[in-house]
Amino acid sequence: MSLQHEDAGYLSRLEDQIRQLRDVAAQHGLDVEDEVRLLEDKAARLREESYHNLSAVERVQMARHPKRPFTLDYIDRAFTDFVELHGDRSFRNDDAIVCGWARIEGRSVMVMGHQKGRDMKENLRRNFGMPHPEGYRKSLRLMQQAEKFGHPIITLIDTPGAYPGLGAEERGQAEAIARNLREMARLRVPVIAVVIGEGGSGGALALGVADRVLMLENSVYSVISPEGCAAILWKTAGAKDKAAEALKLTATDLAALNVIDDIVPEPMGGAHTDWDATAGALRVALLRHLAELDAVSPDERRQQRWRKFEAMGEWVEA
Amino acid sequence: MSWFRKPKQKLSGGERRDLPSDVFDKCPRCGEILYRARLEQNMFVCPACAFHNRISAEEYIRLFIDDEYDEHSGDLRSGDPLDFVDLKPYPQRLEAAERKAGGGDAVRAVSGDLDGIPVCLAVMDFEFIGGSMGSVVGEKIARLARHSLAERRPLIIVSASGGARMMEGILSLMQMAKTSVALAQLHEAGIPYISVLTDPTTGGVTASYAMLGDVNIAEPEALIGFAGPRVIEQTIKQELPEGFQRSEFLLEHGMIDFIVDRRELKFEVARVLRHMLGLPAPVEQANGNGAA
Ligand SMILES: [Zn+2]
Repeated sequence: MSLQHEDAGYLSRLEDQIRQLRDVAAQHGLDVEDEVRLLEDKAARLREESYHNLSAVERVQMARHPKRPFTLDYIDRAFTDFVELHGDRSFRNDDAIVCGWARIEGRSVMVMGHQKGRDMKENLRRNFGMPHPEGYRKSLRLMQQAEKFGHPIITLIDTPGAYPGLGAEERGQAEAIARNLREMARLRVPVIAVVIGEGGSGGALALGVADRVLMLENSVYSVISPEGCAAILWKTAGAKDKAAEALKLTATDLAALNVIDDIVPEPMGGAHTDWDATAGALRVALLRHLAELDAVSPDERRQQRWRKFEAMGEWVEA
Repeated sequence: MSWFRKPKQKLSGGERRDLPSDVFDKCPRCGEILYRARLEQNMFVCPACAFHNRISAEEYIRLFIDDEYDEHSGDLRSGDPLDFVDLKPYPQRLEAAERKAGGGDAVRAVSGDLDGIPVCLAVMDFEFIGGSMGSVVGEKIARLARHSLAERRPLIIVSASGGARMMEGILSLMQMAKTSVALAQLHEAGIPYISVLTDPTTGGVTASYAMLGDVNIAEPEALIGFAGPRVIEQTIKQELPEGFQRSEFLLEHGMIDFIVDRRELKFEVARVLRHMLGLPAPVEQANGNGAA
């Protein structure tokens, strides 16, 4: 942390120096292009280094960045021919999850994901991307529709968590999540899950039992938010930086723990700086993994999915 | 015994004089003074008001299994995959939990006979870090489910859990997926799975195997939910209604099949299993309602 803050300070001093040098050169008609280029190269290197060395809590901020692309932004850019489908056929439609048919390179897939709002009005409608049970039941209904017609499923994960409220409990939030986990395990079509922003606990995992689980470079995936963890284990919300480090919730952490299969690179500075480029990288990754999964028979694919989740965790035989 | 909520400090002066705490207990709900041996005989259900005191995993195993049982994966111990340190290191918390609740982590896995039916039984232990689900809990349950599958024995899981084991981070979350993958295979193989929910069952355990029973059975007045009551109160900024997230509330909202008094628990589980397996009704029932 402290190292990066020093870097950031050094970087801004360097940028000041470059500006001053240019001003002085302009005033006195001097040619300083070589010196300036040298300093700018150094600044670019520093910028890149500090981006790649983000602390865990800085990654959490990136993952929650209000200008980050959300599920529908990716559907707009990486897919075509999207037909949104609504409702759980039992209680209501939950706008915190969007689902529908779409095409990737012309091929039909069922795509779905948590959907956050861009402003307060949309967030009220989408409940800040925190689904109720009917959102999960809608997603399962449509996963099973994809299964029926033999098309792959792509889920995009971006939620602070499943909503903890009265109605959610009454209508069986736990049962809805549990059923998704078991039924996703049973699917025979290829399933790819991508954490695009916040992977918040069981509410994220309910779309995450997949053949391939990918994370965007600056997304996070965790059993509890750093704030919640700090409040419970450190007894103070002020410890959220420590909790974020301790939880090992970044894409590189999860790859090292064998929980995810691939990391999708984001543009320098993060996904919010270039939506098109990020969606392009996502599309390339999805096509590559789909092609790999196509090469395996449905039964074998499902076996591999089971083996993957069966291996997760760490224990010792005393 | 640590499973019993110690009510001694609530005794009035007059009572304290002649009540050795290892012989008598006071019911935390109705205040009845209970002879410990009598309470034990009654499966720790208050004879006066039917309050269900929490009991240990060992007590549930004795409750369900006819006589002898085999322990499964008893030698599994937690690692420290994240090198997790909060106010103290995770290994220290594990050591303290083992001293308090024994070395089986937060679940015991056994196989034996239940009313003559060969079954696999897992029982969670709330005394071990709040019954939290880490890698060992997930692995023991997944292995037991695979044993169920291989032997075609019904699986029973008695849940009691505060949720995820935060100190194992994402690996704790993935145990929900791991156990659900195992239950998916049992489900497809047509092997019965009975979930018994006891006080309290919340978080990731509820949102995975505890809610996936072919039949979900709860003890009376158990707290059962996805989010904990405090989290919900903080979110909605109002007090929760009386009885919210209790067994009776879940029954009313269609989340569990029935509520059963612990003293009838084994009998009711046997009855359901016998229906599923195409076996004759249990003996007591046949005698009681003899059709002949
Ligand atoms: Zn009582």
